[in-house]
Formats: sequence, structure tokens, C-alpha cells
Amino acid sequence: MSELSPLWISIKTTFAATIIVFFIGITSAWFMASYKGRARGVIDGILTLPMVLPPTVVGFILLLIIGKNFPLGKLLDGFGITIIFTWFATVIAATVVAFPLMYRTCVGAFRQIDINVLNAARTLGASEWRIFWKVAVPLAWPGIAAGTVLSFARALGEFGATMMIAGSIPGITETIPVAIYFAVIAGETGNAFKWVILIFIISLTVMVASDKWAEKQMFLVSSARRK
Amino acid sequence: MSLVVNITKKLSGFELKANFKAGNDILGFLGASGSGKSMTLRCIAGIETPDTGKIVLNGRVLFDSENKINIPIRERNVGFLFQNYALFPNMTVEQNIGFGLSKNIPKTQRDNIIKKKIVDFRLSGMQKRYPYQLSGGQQQRVALARALVVDPEIILLDEPFSALDEHLRNNMMTQLKEDLLEFKKTSIFVTHNIEEAYQLCNDIIIIDEGSIDAAGNKDVIFNTPPTLYATKLTGCKNISKAKKIGNSISGNTVIDAIDWGCSITFDYVIEENITDIGIRAHYLELKDDDYDVNTFNCWIVSTGETLFRTKVYLKFSESTANDKDYHILWDISKEEWDLVKTKPLPLKIRINPDKIIQINEK
Repeated sequence: MSELSPLWISIKTTFAATIIVFFIGITSAWFMASYKGRARGVIDGILTLPMVLPPTVVGFILLLIIGKNFPLGKLLDGFGITIIFTWFATVIAATVVAFPLMYRTCVGAFRQIDINVLNAARTLGASEWRIFWKVAVPLAWPGIAAGTVLSFARALGEFGATMMIAGSIPGITETIPVAIYFAVIAGETGNAFKWVILIFIISLTVMVASDKWAEKQMFLVSSARRK
Repeated sequence: MSLVVNITKKLSGFELKANFKAGNDILGFLGASGSGKSMTLRCIAGIETPDTGKIVLNGRVLFDSENKINIPIRERNVGFLFQNYALFPNMTVEQNIGFGLSKNIPKTQRDNIIKKKIVDFRLSGMQKRYPYQLSGGQQQRVALARALVVDPEIILLDEPFSALDEHLRNNMMTQLKEDLLEFKKTSIFVTHNIEEAYQLCNDIIIIDEGSIDAAGNKDVIFNTPPTLYATKLTGCKNISKAKKIGNSISGNTVIDAIDWGCSITFDYVIEENITDIGIRAHYLELKDDDYDVNTFNCWIVSTGETLFRTKVYLKFSESTANDKDYHILWDISKEEWDLVKTKPLPLKIRINPDKIIQINEK
């Protein structure tokens, strides 16, 4: 079990991060797709930033936010909550770096929806919430699915920010990418190779499966879209 | 039942100023593309917000800039038929029609309402189809059924035929008119096509660069267009700057048609401030002699053939070889043209003063 622990930690972390990113990504994208305010560019930039910054920079910033020596970390510490160097820290790191992929893809997908279709729903008395779930999400579904797969892959491969805020505690925060790094450092090439093969298999399986599935979804939506 | 609109909105290039009332009828909004007619509809529906003014529907204030009232789209109870119908592509015909029905209505009742609309709009057998599996006409009927299922207080139609070919258009126009007459409340129909406006509506508003240019009963607007723009928009091809020369003792008025280089005599007194005159291309008359004071010698400059008619471009003076300018366009059937062809030039063309459109531009 302990030998396989990086696998379980990676899977748990990746799924948790993907689920969080899925919901936050879609809702923030929906909001930003129609937001026309002055702060548009800045907000859009900030939300995309984790994608372009080096993961170590993201990790450093996260440290500043939740680290024990900084205000929020201190506050949480006061309540007896420690995030740093726990499993939650791996989830946070994976979530933050994966988020922009979901956000970007979804904004694009929402913007492609014919604005008249959304307005038609409004004239029929539908609430924004209902329009979001019944019209916008189904129509943007291929984009949302693509964003989810990209986020999953990015979360699975997360290394830099995880190292900064979660470290490498075997059985707690040691994910597969981290395990590979330390195996190589320790000269255990065979061990590293084992993890490399494993992450290869997981990534490829998810990609192929989601591709098949997206093909089916794409057919449903795009055929419904065709005029 | 009435709609009162008095709004302004700054658009790129001009300011939209819409001030009109609509009763229980189909009101036509006629104007060139980009004239602000669609924008007016979108303001009524709440999709766009006017800068200033007021919109009142059946006594209910939808928008009032002074009192900061702006009812959201979903509470306006306005039916909107979009140019591309904007059906929900991910839903079947049934689901599209039922979308606007409140969740509080029991399922059996919902189903009955939807069924009735399916029958009313001749969509039987298509309940389970998706929009992409429907023809243009069927899509339009679904869109109309969907809009009417929520029992709106007004129906706004934004160029519903512009995406269709000629043949389909005529069929659907008759159907749409029936459906709208069934509705019995206010409908506003926006189009840039005079033919459509004339067939569907009783009252017409002509809009130009955001301002209402002319408004009234369609026959009045078409027979005696009050403005230069309305004259052009209603399809009058022959327009000339005009100037009143004087009244003769017998009560006649002579008007100088400046662009045509001729004078037209009316057997009654005409207002001093006439600025332009126009005559529709098919109202010109061919005569054997020029005894009548309004019969002029015309030379053919060129001709153009359409499917059933011939356009003859005429000049009131003999033209030189390379001169392709013409004064007046004469629209005749091909049969008439075959006769005209054989006649020696100049042709004797009479401009009937009774058919002349008189325009007093401010």
C-alpha cells in the first residue's frame, strides 16, 4: 500500500481538484463571458495568470496567502487549521494551476453561443439560473468537457507549486510527479521509470476515454446546432 | 391594449428617437438596414436599454429613465421573434415550446397546452424533432408557438423573413398573418421590405437614421408618401426637384421639374412650398399625339429586361451617342414593350398630374 501511495494521492488530488475547478471554472467563465465592466481585462488577466506564471511563482504566492507566517495562515492557525504541508495543500496547488485551462476554454465556449438564443430564453421569463443550466451549459458542453479534460491532465501533472506548499511527505503529500523527482534525485531510475509508465497510462486512458465520450457529446450538440 | 414608446438612444452615427403608439393591430416598422428599427424593438423587449424616455405597455411602465424604472426582460411579458428564430438547438420542438411555461403548472396541464400549440401551429408529428431537422417555415412556427405559449402582451417580429427564399417567403407571410390576427393584441413587425410591410400590416411607420420619417395607414403612406425618404422607400423611381412657377388665371398651377427639364401643369392650385415631385415608373402613359400639355417628347436612352417587365430609360431631350444619363424610368410589361419598340422616336409620354407624388420637405 505505502509503495503505491503516490498513485492514490495523485488520483485523489486530481479528482478533487478537477471537481472544484469544474464548478468554479464554469461559473466564473459564465460571469466573465457576459461581463462588460471596466475591470474586464484585469480580472481576465488575474484568472489566467496561473497558467503563464512559473509554478514556483504560483507556489510562492500561495505560500504568502496560506503560510503560517502570513495573515490568513495565522488566522486559520488560530482556529487550529493548518493547510500548508497537508493533503489539502496538494489539492489547492493542483486547483490553482488547473483553473485557467478550464476558465479559458469555458469562456470561449460560452461566447460562441448565439446571444439571441439566450435573449429568447429571457423573453420567455426564464431566470438567469435556469438559462445557465438549461441553455448555456448544454450548448457550451463540448467546450466544458474539453476544459475539464485539460484541467484533469494539468492537475495530474502538477509539480512545482505542490513542492512549494505541500512538500513531499510520503503517504500524505507525495504525488506521482513529486515521487518521480525524488526517485531520480536518489538515483532510483527503475523506481522513477515505474511512476513514469504509470502516469503515462493514466493520462493516455483519460484522454482517449474523454475523446470518445466528447465525440458522442459533440455529435449531439453540434447536430442540434446545425442549421 | 396599447404600447406607448418615447425613447432616445445614442447609436454610432446617429441618435435613435422613437416616439409612437401602437394599438391592437399589426404595426409595420419599415426602414433601411441600420436605421434603428431593430434597436427600437430590442429596447421594447428590454434587450437593449434606451438612454432616455419611457416605454409603457398596457398601462404598465416597462422603462422610465426619469424614475429609474427598467423592468428586466423576463418580467416584461413580451414575445420576441428573432431574425434567425433563436430556437434552443439542444431541445426538441416540444421542449422549445414548453420552455416558457411556469414550473408551477401541473405536468398534465403543461402537456395539454403544448399539444394544443403543436396542433395550432401545424407541427403535429414533429414533437420529438430538433430544430436542425425542421425547415425554415417549421422553425418559424415553433418560434412563434414558443413565444405565444406564455401569453405575451405584445409580439415583436424582427425581420422574420429575411433569411428565406422568395417562394417560401410568400407562403409563410400568409400563414404568419393568420397567426398574428389570431393573436388579437399588438404586434410590431420590422422589415426593410416594402412588399412584406404592405401585405402584413395596416399601419406603417417609416424610420430613417433613427427618426420617424412618416407614419400612418399603409395606403396613405404608399399612395401619397409625405416625405422624400418615404417616397424613395416605397419604391418610387422617378423623383425630381420641383419649383412652383405660378398660377394661371384658370386656376392651374405650373410646376417646374428641375431635374427633368420640363414643366407640369396641374388643373388645381398647389401649395407654394413644394420641393420635389415624383411619379412611379409604371404610371407613365404612352400617347399618340402631344396635344395634352403634360405630354412630352421622349427619347429612349437604354432598356433593361427583367423576368416579366422591361425598364425603359427615357430622356426629355435627344441624347448624344455616348450619353447614358436618363431623366425618367418607365416600367412596362414585355408585351407593351414589343409595341413601343416599333414606334418612331420621339415617344409621346404623358405624365399624369393626378399620379404625381407631391413632397414638401422641410
